[in-house]
Amino acid sequence: MGASGFEALRLDRITRRFGDQVALRELDLTIRGGEFVALLGPSGCGKSTALNCLAGLLPLSGGSIWLDERRIDTVPPERRGFGMVFQNYALFPHLSVRANIAFGLAMHRVPKAEAKRRVEDVIRLVQLTEHAHKHPAQLSGGQQQRVAIARAIVLEPPLVLMDEPLSNLDAKLRLEMRTEIRRLHQRLDLTTVYVTHDQEEALSMADRLVVLRDGEVQQVGTPEEVYAEPVNRYVAGFMGYRNMLAFGVESCAGGEVTLAAGSARLTGVNRDGVRGGTAVAAIRPEDVGVVEADAANRVPVTVEVVEYHGREQAVQARLQGGEELHFRTTRRLAPGDQVDVGAPPERVLVFGTDDAGTGGEGRAVAPDARTTPARVDSGAGA
Amino acid sequence: MPGRHPHAWTRGREHEHPPVVSEQRAHFEYVRAGKRRDGRAGSGIAGSGIMSADRSFRHRLAERGVDRTLLLLLPGVLFLVLLFCYPFAYGLGLSFQPQKGGGPFANYVTFFTDPYLRGTVWITFKLGLPAALVNVIASVPVALRTRGSFRGKRLMTILLVVPVTLGTVLTAEGLLSYLGPNGWFNKVLTALHIVDRPVALVHNYWGVLASLLITGFPFAYLLTLSYLTGIDPTLERAAATLGAGWWQRFRRVTLPLLAPGLAITFCLSFVLAFSVFPSAQLVGDPRGSTHVISIEAYHAAFQQYDYSMGSAIAMVMAALMLVVVALVLAWRATFYRGATGGKG
Amino acid sequence: MSTAEAAGPPGRRRLAARPSTWLAWALSAFFFVNLAGVIGVVVVDSFGTRWFTSWLPEGFTLSWYGQAWREFGLSQVFLVTVEVSLLVVAISAVVGVPSAYVLARRSFPGKKIVTVLFLLPILVPPITYGIPLATVLYKFHLAGTLAGVIVANLVPSVPFVVLTMTPFIEQIDPTIESAARMSGARTFSVFTRILTPLLVPGILAASILVLVRTVGMFELTFLTAGPDSQTLVVALYYAVFSAGIRTQQSIDAMAVLYTLSMVVLLVVALRFVNPTQLVTRIKEEGATR
Repeated sequence: MGASGFEALRLDRITRRFGDQVALRELDLTIRGGEFVALLGPSGCGKSTALNCLAGLLPLSGGSIWLDERRIDTVPPERRGFGMVFQNYALFPHLSVRANIAFGLAMHRVPKAEAKRRVEDVIRLVQLTEHAHKHPAQLSGGQQQRVAIARAIVLEPPLVLMDEPLSNLDAKLRLEMRTEIRRLHQRLDLTTVYVTHDQEEALSMADRLVVLRDGEVQQVGTPEEVYAEPVNRYVAGFMGYRNMLAFGVESCAGGEVTLAAGSARLTGVNRDGVRGGTAVAAIRPEDVGVVEADAANRVPVTVEVVEYHGREQAVQARLQGGEELHFRTTRRLAPGDQVDVGAPPERVLVFGTDDAGTGGEGRAVAPDARTTPARVDSGAGA
Repeated sequence: MPGRHPHAWTRGREHEHPPVVSEQRAHFEYVRAGKRRDGRAGSGIAGSGIMSADRSFRHRLAERGVDRTLLLLLPGVLFLVLLFCYPFAYGLGLSFQPQKGGGPFANYVTFFTDPYLRGTVWITFKLGLPAALVNVIASVPVALRTRGSFRGKRLMTILLVVPVTLGTVLTAEGLLSYLGPNGWFNKVLTALHIVDRPVALVHNYWGVLASLLITGFPFAYLLTLSYLTGIDPTLERAAATLGAGWWQRFRRVTLPLLAPGLAITFCLSFVLAFSVFPSAQLVGDPRGSTHVISIEAYHAAFQQYDYSMGSAIAMVMAALMLVVVALVLAWRATFYRGATGGKG
Repeated sequence: MSTAEAAGPPGRRRLAARPSTWLAWALSAFFFVNLAGVIGVVVVDSFGTRWFTSWLPEGFTLSWYGQAWREFGLSQVFLVTVEVSLLVVAISAVVGVPSAYVLARRSFPGKKIVTVLFLLPILVPPITYGIPLATVLYKFHLAGTLAGVIVANLVPSVPFVVLTMTPFIEQIDPTIESAARMSGARTFSVFTRILTPLLVPGILAASILVLVRTVGMFELTFLTAGPDSQTLVVALYYAVFSAGIRTQQSIDAMAVLYTLSMVVLLVVALRFVNPTQLVTRIKEEGATR
């Protein structure tokens, strides 16, 4: 039914301050009609601020927003015509499901007959036909979520904004709704901006990811790019590179760096123009495994904690130098075991320790001297 | 509108027109923030200078929370300024223009040098402080007992709140008969041979105090109860699992958390007791031992028609009141803060 | 509580629960017995024929009520009371609710000052500002009139509405308003279609409490009322104060009428308000979870 109806939505250096604090700093982003863009980052990174600015619920402190050639950041939210799904759904508790969905149509003075038809269409689309007469309090979380989505899309908005819509649902329902939202996006040819702190959600749903931190963009790219080629340590940490091991650089050759991990050597991809000094090797736990004697990047470790995860085990071990290492294995290990582990060099990403002055891929590195070793727990969202 | 998806990353999704990667990349348009700042500084915002200046001023105001919504506050504020602040200021001014002459401070000098007038302050405190204290202290065990849900809680609440509806006049009227020499209270006491002859409980200090307790207790109870329900009951359970007995639980956990709320309760109870007026008139001692400051203020203003003196006494009352509130709040500030505000 | 008690050994638990319970029951019992006495004596007297030193009156009659009604001109007094309290309720709701909305929702420079301004009339005893207020009203020839009484009663009522409404407004999720805006509702529609229906319970609660307070407000009405603008509570005071001329029993009959009307109001009020929610702003679900 709906069509995006615009070529590009352009955020031009939008900035939002709260007092002295900068919640969002000069965000530039162009969203094409029909695209599904996810704003990703931990709480406080400015992703919700960006969304609220886009919605018009927060005035900008600087910059402008353009819908094709029309400037919209001066337009109040009720006249931008965007749809929005809130984290807590924000359904009108005094109205029935049907009336909740019809509210926007009434506000836009859509003729009664047409409004009724559209409401029924959308209710069918989100599979709430038998609940249409109920009030929000009588619905389950997933059903409320569907109402919220229906309310947002019934107006056929050019842009749908979603603010962590799945974070209040339990794990199973979250997976179902993920597919559902993606299905609606495609079916209705919506343009969607989706805010989440869950990297798995963002990776699986979005066409493009915007990784934010402290109000600044870290990386923009397709899920594949962001997942496989994080531009800096922070993004890597957020993308599940749980092991961040700092060692001295031994040699740099071509695109590779070799680090001295005690007696062992760790070779990885130079992602940050590292030339010497200390560097950080970022490795996903699932890329590390127990290896035989002749494998590359072989490091001896002592097993400390073993978690049972069904087919695999998640192991926390310690290197000889005392560094913690997380890995996964199907081998039965017990605390105290001494094993050799290793990771393929192409899966080891080496970053500088201070993120500054390094090139990335010519895109999207915000110089930030305050960078501390990113310790974003990959398990938080997964 | 099929074919508009610019997905570079398809994950096996079907597209009528496969997107071109390079085309999409052209749209990333993400330039490094640092570069942007140097290269295109100041050229970002379109529109006329006047418009953007106006907009940025509105922005700055809006950022600090000033916008048209605040107009909703206007009627209320205007109203209070006109009907509360202005009369107060007027009264303050009036109090410095004594009708009997003698310089601007004559009223205050008179008030504080005349032992009878000065005495009203003492009498008021002697009534108000014990009344507020007793009400607050008594409300704690009752509130502790009734905080959970139990059968008949609603009835209990209604019963406890009933005295609020009595108003001071009916309470006074009832006390006069009930505690009077021939009243039921004295009858019971004599029948039980606790006393030989009726005790004088009305037309003196005790009658006024009793009336303050009856009207003030429900109020103190409601406040204490609401502060108490704001304390997470799991804290006490946690203390119990750590081996604290009921007294230790109360003394070490509940009371410190409740104390700031109790301070407020005390303040408000004292305000109630401080302004005792009709009951002091009706149940009080006609010879003057319960001649509280509010009676004197009324007396001066509306019986001697010395509005200036009446205002002066009212100002003294307000000042004393605020001093007590300030003292209690200062004491409260020494307590742990995060407790009973109950910010939801 | 149950978990806490279950945590200790059963024997100790029983002992542990006792002292505060006993104290609470003893205090409540003492309070209630005396309260019943105070109320009872007035009620009994209002139905009694002659009552001097005995436990109960010599006989019972209803005649004092009729007499009180005529003697004190209660039709007029009730009419005034109803007029004053309804007008005070209506005006303070109209003025107070928007203010409460802003104070509950927004932060802005000077908010503390405004908050204090709204708290002061409740914190300060009515008689302290009542005297200057009455003086000002006399200056403008409003004292002694119905308008004067209403104006004076509005002073604590408006802040009271603000204080009562604030938690109700805070309980409404602000994203609901955002959602309405995103659906295309302008400020006016947000207020009429979303906020007002959601605030009806709060507005009712605040209104009834203001009604109770206004009917019971003695000092301000006393200071500003003239002979034709006395509310019930002030008329009652004058009746008691000039006792001796009137019969005791008819005064008591009047007091009973007053209390009855107050109790009715209060019971109605308690249907709408949980009294403990008035001070702390704890959401119901927050407290039970």
